[in-house]
Amino acid sequence: MSHPAPSSRSDLTLNAQHLSRRIGKREIVSDISLTLRRGEVLGLLGHNGAGKSTVLQMLAGVLTPDSGEISISGIDLLNQPQTAKARLGFLPETPPLYKELTVDAYLNFAARLRLIPAAKVHAALAHAKHRCGLDAMGKKIIATLSKGYQQRVGIAQAIIHAPDVIILDEPTVGLDPAQLREIRTLIRELGDAHSVILSTHLLPEVAALCDRVEVIRQGKQVYSADRSAFDHDGLEDRLVELTTEIAS
Amino acid sequence: MIRILAARELRSLFALPSTWLMLGVLQFLLAWNYLSRLDAWLQVQPQLAQLANPPGVTITVAAPLLNMLGLLLMLLTPLFTMRAFAEERRNQTLALLLSSPVSGRQLVLGKFLGLLTFLMLLVVAELAMVATLGIGTSLDKGLLAANLLGLLLLTMSFVAVGLYISTLTAQPIVAAIGGLAVLLGLWVIDVSATDEGAIWHELSPVAHFQKLNIGLFDTADIAFFLLFTVAFLQLSVCRIRALRRG
Repeated sequence: MSHPAPSSRSDLTLNAQHLSRRIGKREIVSDISLTLRRGEVLGLLGHNGAGKSTVLQMLAGVLTPDSGEISISGIDLLNQPQTAKARLGFLPETPPLYKELTVDAYLNFAARLRLIPAAKVHAALAHAKHRCGLDAMGKKIIATLSKGYQQRVGIAQAIIHAPDVIILDEPTVGLDPAQLREIRTLIRELGDAHSVILSTHLLPEVAALCDRVEVIRQGKQVYSADRSAFDHDGLEDRLVELTTEIAS
Repeated sequence: MIRILAARELRSLFALPSTWLMLGVLQFLLAWNYLSRLDAWLQVQPQLAQLANPPGVTITVAAPLLNMLGLLLMLLTPLFTMRAFAEERRNQTLALLLSSPVSGRQLVLGKFLGLLTFLMLLVVAELAMVATLGIGTSLDKGLLAANLLGLLLLTMSFVAVGLYISTLTAQPIVAAIGGLAVLLGLWVIDVSATDEGAIWHELSPVAHFQKLNIGLFDTADIAFFLLFTVAFLQLSVCRIRALRRG
């Protein structure tokens, strides 16, 4: 693939071009292209089954696309998976937690898994816990935590290695309103320092969090808009229209 | 990286009450068996002593006990390996591993080493129990070494099969039953082949172990175990690659 020129597009953290993926004969994702810059939060909006999770799993290297190219900070994810994956953090729809472990043991494992040197693990762990409001939870067994805290642990593992790209699959599903607000604030903060791509089927979430939105329907990109277009341009109406169209 | 993965595997195993329960029960059963064998041996020992070349305590008490441990490992290993990949898939934790800078080979070897270390703790505990015979008599150290090697190789082959079966399903129970079916199947075709030179004997890890169990060291057996283990590990690596393709 052609590497982006460092001067003009060096802040491009994620570049995915023409991703397609079929399962059996059914095309789940067809020809989706996404880019993400540092300091940006991108929302993937679509109803359940639109192919959002499949797209995110491909971006995280969990699923291999049938065709298309993905690069993380200029490194090809398909040809140099090890190097590229060290620069991304992924929170799947269900947080990938070993619930029998303590929060500290789990995050310690996640940190080592992402190639953080042993001497720096302690600092990385403290930082990630602090950001996710888990300071007092280190010794607790994950299984005993509430859903909201488990979600935070899930986010903590995705950010512990300060990745360039953070991929969050429906990060706010099943949270109560207070937890929802806290997690959204956290994601917004993360978006400033790193770059975040998240999927959601909630319109308010896009308005609250995202700089850009891509609407996906039946595996195809049907609409994209910048934050500048959020307030005027009748974007909200357009999105409502699209999502209701989708729902029906 | 392999070490980190292995350490996590061990940590999770020891965090489960069921692990401790199984370890406790197994230790109890083997200790009971050991004492009853020792008791029986002590009763016939005066008659044995009359023989010109009497069999020692190592071959009459220790070897059968370790043979039994080998058979028990055949039944137990699938219970420990079932979770390896099946549970990671069921709990979606596999996504964490697949989105991390870890290759499929490292993943499989990490789990393999973790589980092997765990099961070898069990083997070493039994050998230590048998070694207490050394207090009262002198032991056949060569025979014990052959048994340790045999149990190590046997466990390696069982873990490799269990891991592979565990990659095939997202249900740990199915993985356990599948692993048991394969290991028991290989054992059954071995014991049910009456013909001495039948090829069926060659397919069963237990048959190869039984030679080492009586102190017969044959490089063909060692080669069998290594090939068997590598084959199933490689199959697991291929399977992980296939999972990424979905």
